[in-house]
Amino acid sequence: MIRLLTAIGRWTRESITNVGFATRVLLQMLRSSGGLLRRFRLVTTQVHFIGNYSLLLIAVAGLFVGFVLGLQGYYTLNKYGSEQALGLLVALSLTRELGPVVTALLFAGRAGTSLTAEIGLMKAGEQLSAMEMMAVDPLQRVLAPRFWAGVIAMPVLAAIFSAVGILGGYVVGVLLIGVDQGAFWSQMQGGVDVVNDVLNGVLKSVVFGIAVTFIAVYQGYRAQPTPEGVARATTRTVVMASLTVLGLDFLLTALMFS
Amino acid sequence: MPNLVEIRDVHFRYGDRPILSALDMAFPRGKVVAVMGGSGSGKTTILRLIGGQLTPQSGAIAIGGQRVDPADTATLYALRRRMGMLFQHGALFTDMSVYDNVAFPLREHTDLPEMLIRDLVLMKLQTVGLRNAAQLKPAEISGGMARRVALARAIALDPELIMYDEPFAGLDPISMGMTANLIRKLNDALGSTSILVSHDVDESFAIADYVYFLSKGAIVAQGTPDEMMASADPYVKQFVRAEPDGPVPFHYPGRSLAEDLGLGARG
Repeated sequence: MIRLLTAIGRWTRESITNVGFATRVLLQMLRSSGGLLRRFRLVTTQVHFIGNYSLLLIAVAGLFVGFVLGLQGYYTLNKYGSEQALGLLVALSLTRELGPVVTALLFAGRAGTSLTAEIGLMKAGEQLSAMEMMAVDPLQRVLAPRFWAGVIAMPVLAAIFSAVGILGGYVVGVLLIGVDQGAFWSQMQGGVDVVNDVLNGVLKSVVFGIAVTFIAVYQGYRAQPTPEGVARATTRTVVMASLTVLGLDFLLTALMFS
Repeated sequence: MPNLVEIRDVHFRYGDRPILSALDMAFPRGKVVAVMGGSGSGKTTILRLIGGQLTPQSGAIAIGGQRVDPADTATLYALRRRMGMLFQHGALFTDMSVYDNVAFPLREHTDLPEMLIRDLVLMKLQTVGLRNAAQLKPAEISGGMARRVALARAIALDPELIMYDEPFAGLDPISMGMTANLIRKLNDALGSTSILVSHDVDESFAIADYVYFLSKGAIVAQGTPDEMMASADPYVKQFVRAEPDGPVPFHYPGRSLAEDLGLGARG
């Protein structure tokens, strides 16, 4: 019994310490981000690395999700004779939910793991220590540019995902099944609200960008400097980022669309 | 002030495990001082304490009379700009070329135009004999070359203090001799102070002005290389002559082989 209580106590203490440390890292990183405005090239390089290399995956995934939405939407709407609303259904599903959420999940697996492994290996190779000894703060020079690049890249990728997804829905619904083209686009145009649907979707993807990228860079920074430690940190990034995205999605949906 | 770095009564431990106890050391300006000892004797910890990457539980460390305090980040970073450190495996930035690695501290800490940075980088690389390798990536050069690039990076800002963490480890004899000569020549040319952590006796004694011998976190002997060669101290003798047994036992302490094999019980 005492052993169990000790274990619970230790776990609680460690959890609080970890949350405190993560908050400190986030605040230090944000505080040191001002300097990046002078050297914005550090961020743009990372936007290219994180965003551009995720682009193909996001676009292909968006296309297939759009195909599936087109098919499933048609089967369901057809039962009620409302297949004309297919464009609206595809667009709302993508801009409100699937675009931000699936992009964030894919981003965590593609770019998040890459960020964690890169920073973890820099730590294992003493590159972060070398930077500190050169009086250069790794939080400012390594973590902050990657963090902001993720925050910038995520909404853009989510927008691309949604746009390609809508095209996928169009290909299946209009070109293959034969839903009326005019109804597909006009219902979408009439039913999708820029502020309530599109902007809320963008806001979601910004929040997911902050969460996923911070988890990725933080896990890399805290990784044990061994091959096993880096592998564990990479796994933790995927698990924690995915669950955080799903949890935050529920919260944001409840707040935005209630 | 004759000493650039002074360590006074420093105690350091990781958790409950003591690493350094009542350590007193002085590193005079312009000299190459070797800190020697077996693995786990606390040599690298001393470098990390001087660099402010670790905080001692008690005692004081000062560089040029200024106390090293990891809690005071601004002062610590100002102190670190006066230091250069060569890590055991070079710690080069693997995503940058040799050129960009050496240019890194110059770009971070100065507003020099790129043309001037180019000239400085090429001069530093010329010093270590790698000017023509400027455009290569760290993955394309050997371990010895990586160490020399790291050395060029460490002296990019002409530091007052250069710290070397096992600079000879894993090098072939030619690279080892080359690195040792570079350490001495750079120290004299830059007028800096060098702290050399190593367990390579021949190379360290050839270039050091003074040697500290460390065992179990405490200094067991100190003096010039000649004094150390002539020392009657059993630890120094064992270390200098590379004897397998002595004050540092070959076997890790614990139960005897007879006990483990149960030979006592049979008898």
